[in-house]
Amino acid sequence: MSRIGVAFDRARAEGRAVLVGCMPAGFPTVEGSIAAMTAMVEAGVDVIEVEIPYSDPVMDGPVIQRASDIALAGGVRVADTLRIIDAVAATGAPVVTMTYWNPIEQYGVDAFARDLAAAGGTGLITPDLIPDEAQEWLAASDAYGLDRTFLVSPSSTDARLQMTVEHCRGFVYATAIMGVTGARARASAAAPVLVSRVRAVTDLPVGVGLGIGTGEQAGMAAGFADGVIVGSALIRCLLDAASLPAGLTALRELSTELAAGVRTPTA
Amino acid sequence: MSVDTPAATGRYPDAAGHFGRFGGRFVPEALVAALDELDDAWRTAMGDESFQTEFAALLRDYAGAPSLLYPARRLSAKIGAQVLLKREDLNHTGAHKVRNVLGQALLTKRMGKRRVIAETGAGQHGVATATAAALFDLECVVYMGAVDTQRQALNVARMRMLGATVVPVTTGSRTLKDAMNEAMRDWVANVDSTHYLIGTAAGPHPFPALVRDFVRGIGDEARQQCLDLVGALPDAVTACVGGGSNALGVFHAFVDDPGVRLYGFEAGGDGPATGRHAASITGGSSGVLHGTRTYVLQDADGQTVESHSISAGLDYPGVGPEHAWLHDTGRATYRPVTDADAMAAFELLCRTEGIIPAIESSHALAGTAAIAPELAAELGREPVVVVNLSGRGDKDVHTAGEYFGVLDKE
Repeated sequence: MSRIGVAFDRARAEGRAVLVGCMPAGFPTVEGSIAAMTAMVEAGVDVIEVEIPYSDPVMDGPVIQRASDIALAGGVRVADTLRIIDAVAATGAPVVTMTYWNPIEQYGVDAFARDLAAAGGTGLITPDLIPDEAQEWLAASDAYGLDRTFLVSPSSTDARLQMTVEHCRGFVYATAIMGVTGARARASAAAPVLVSRVRAVTDLPVGVGLGIGTGEQAGMAAGFADGVIVGSALIRCLLDAASLPAGLTALRELSTELAAGVRTPTA
Repeated sequence: MSVDTPAATGRYPDAAGHFGRFGGRFVPEALVAALDELDDAWRTAMGDESFQTEFAALLRDYAGAPSLLYPARRLSAKIGAQVLLKREDLNHTGAHKVRNVLGQALLTKRMGKRRVIAETGAGQHGVATATAAALFDLECVVYMGAVDTQRQALNVARMRMLGATVVPVTTGSRTLKDAMNEAMRDWVANVDSTHYLIGTAAGPHPFPALVRDFVRGIGDEARQQCLDLVGALPDAVTACVGGGSNALGVFHAFVDDPGVRLYGFEAGGDGPATGRHAASITGGSSGVLHGTRTYVLQDADGQTVESHSISAGLDYPGVGPEHAWLHDTGRATYRPVTDADAMAAFELLCRTEGIIPAIESSHALAGTAAIAPELAAELGREPVVVVNLSGRGDKDVHTAGEYFGVLDKE
């Protein structure tokens, strides 16, 4: 079983959900992003999702776009991302990588899988790679023992949902809303339905993402999902802060609130 | 032709939208259901006589098709080729793009959707989409880079007069590629009610094949017109290539004619060696951008590199996947044309034929002038070349006026 699987099993035994926190690599700087992710782990985030910044992130809302632009303007490279993953994995928290497909294709799919495994990464979340186009990644992830998290959506047909889940390993990412990343004021009615559809076809843990930004929302998501994935709200702590230390303080506070949220699942 | 050559008979793309190693779908799962729905609607429409009849009537009565094939004798004498201009510039809204938007607007109606969104660079596709939306009574939102809304204020006004909402995009490089990202984000959020009326033969399957099918009338008409006019097929067919819809439109009917050479002319900007260009096939490499695998201008990490061209309509860092495939198979030849050469051809057509071409189409004219001596040497006679004059130059008068220094100082 993958380290992600172990984290989900432990959380399940504790009657709570896993908290997954996302941060773009190299935002605001390479060292700053390592500090941010370390602070998140210390404040109770179970799994760190490192997003490789990309010039054209079509699944991301304005917050992650801005953070990605800052990271890219700072000159972060895919090789830096591997270094960041290595540093964050050293905290003991499982590290999963979220990436659009082109950076991986240019690095070389097999080479990236090899180097990701060597850096201690557990696998990839691929927002614009569907299993239909993933032959190379399926082979490389098998070769290096990496997890594969494809996305399922409220608009997925039953047949596609089953096919997609069959290609997943580690956990399944259920997108709670039809839309891009970014915290929303209102909870999604579609998310519980989607999660139960996934459960009907797999025993894999199901993480819910898109739109979750508060402890209360995390608790609601924990009521029906195995994992709660938060990105934009955490990133905003750093974007809105006057300095990195102030941002890290805000990041720790929100992480603590979210960690408490996933421990108090609400129906 | 060998069996693995793309053909006009519909062998390509495959069922999943692949043109050889190019094409396909690199999209969020949330869009797959909508792309499947579109794929169904398109395949049904292609085989449905009532759709084809309605589309043909619209093209004839509204857009002005078939466009003329005009023997440009004074230009021909200058460049040493018998040039037949496919006058897409005479279409309603001034370019080939009206064919695509009318086809997709009809499909939108058939799918029961009430809203269309589009991306636009200089505003031509935005204006065309707003036009079709007005005609079909659809809500229309056009995403346009903030840099472009300032450069192309007249087209912004046109779209608004036609009833469209124009959204300036302030993310990334604030140009066409970012407008396309923003349109995709809108589509992910509103896919139930909305059709993404993409402006070129790029993007995820089925868009590249679907757009090609809606613009292929250019080549179908030109092939017959050429036979009527000169009693033979042309020696070459040429077009400019940005995303590549006008080129595919004119190429498609000739793909299975082995004697007809196909040339696509990319925007060479300051010259491919300078790095300041938009020639994705000449100067790019295989990658994934905007939902498809194709040639992309990118750095070693796969980050998209900004393109440069005096022609806003060619200023895009990717190209339709069918062109990538036509290039790989050798069926079509792609060459860059610099800003300077394109502008010289722009002036030449103005002065010899009294036709002000779009700067995009001027790339095709310049490229044709460049290959004419090669073709003449190979054939031992003056070649017959069909040039797709994809658009008119009204929108470019300011740019060209500045370039040639013919604007009066205020």
